[in-house]
Amino acid sequence: MTIITGDDNKNKEDKGFDTELFCDALPKEIAPVSNKTIQKFYNWAQANSLWILAFGTGCGSIEMRPLYTARYDISRFGMAPRPTPRQSSLFIISGYASVKTMKRIIRSYEQMQNPKFVMGLGSCTINGGMYWDSYNTINRLDHYIPVDTYVAGCMPRPEALIAGFEELKKRILAGKAEGANEYAKNFQWYKANQKKIIKDWDMPDYNW
Amino acid sequence: MKEMIDRIKQKFNAKDINQQKATLVFFTVEKKDLEGCVLYMKEFEGYGNLTMITAIDWIEKNQFQLTYHLHNYTNRTDVSIRTYIEREKPSMVSIHNLWAGARVFQREIKELFGIDFPGCPRVNDNFVLEGWDNIPPMRRDFDTKKYSEETYFPRPGRYKKDNVQFMEENLYPVEAEVKKSIADTVKKK
Repeated sequence: MTIITGDDNKNKEDKGFDTELFCDALPKEIAPVSNKTIQKFYNWAQANSLWILAFGTGCGSIEMRPLYTARYDISRFGMAPRPTPRQSSLFIISGYASVKTMKRIIRSYEQMQNPKFVMGLGSCTINGGMYWDSYNTINRLDHYIPVDTYVAGCMPRPEALIAGFEELKKRILAGKAEGANEYAKNFQWYKANQKKIIKDWDMPDYNW
Repeated sequence: MKEMIDRIKQKFNAKDINQQKATLVFFTVEKKDLEGCVLYMKEFEGYGNLTMITAIDWIEKNQFQLTYHLHNYTNRTDVSIRTYIEREKPSMVSIHNLWAGARVFQREIKELFGIDFPGCPRVNDNFVLEGWDNIPPMRRDFDTKKYSEETYFPRPGRYKKDNVQFMEENLYPVEAEVKKSIADTVKKK
């Protein structure tokens, strides 16, 4: 892996943006630990400290707010909203994602550190929902970033979200939530799909 | 309101005047008169608030309709001034000097309908769409469904139900069956 430092300022002219502040080395697959007991311990730890990236991408973010209140109280599951992608491990795409938001979603997702999981909230992320024939809203989220769990509904209530978290935990404990590895493995395919919709691509291919 | 309408008729040759209710009136002026009309409404009739600018694509008439909605805070009345512009290379006078807020509406109309407002600051910047390279999406000759199907990987398995038929079949199954058999026999004959 090559970390691009401030000395490589020639990149700035080549690529059109400053590479001082991030690394644009491509993602790599991370193999599970060979010792199964340790891997299980890792999974258990990951499943019980899911921190949510508090980036409301669509109308469903309204449904996420009650989760933090005393009534639904998400912190009893070991979950908490975090302000930046670097601190969080769960990205909830809450509802429809327009192309403009998709750009921000991709950047935020890539900036999250492993382990990272994605949850698609609402019908819009599954098949476009009521915006299925819109000129500016994507239909299938899993063509752009890997999705671990979907919660169907328009909009799903906080109870449904909590059920979705439980499902996600089960997947993580079973070692099935391998979205980040999938992204690294099929990186070219994901990038091609992303570039198909984002026509003014003015950011690095991968950055974190 | 009535006196105001008379003045407008005299000054700007307003046509198609329809008063929807006591506090709301629509009328049409020529494209060249529009700026003066809007300025007159603002300065002399007290319509100090530009509520919004809307655009309609009349593809059959080969025209765009722009509607300027103004509000008067003193007597709580609204006027909506319509004007028609040609559809080929559409261009309209910018009114950003009268209301700074008009810049936003004009920028949006430029992006979604492709109507140009020369001289308006930042009118060519992206508003909602980033990097759009097709014809403006709100024009009626733009096929939204086709574009979406070509671009956004539609998930197979979506089907449509006729609401009336679906409810009939679920709520009144016997009646629906009878109706269907009658329709079939009529078709056979």
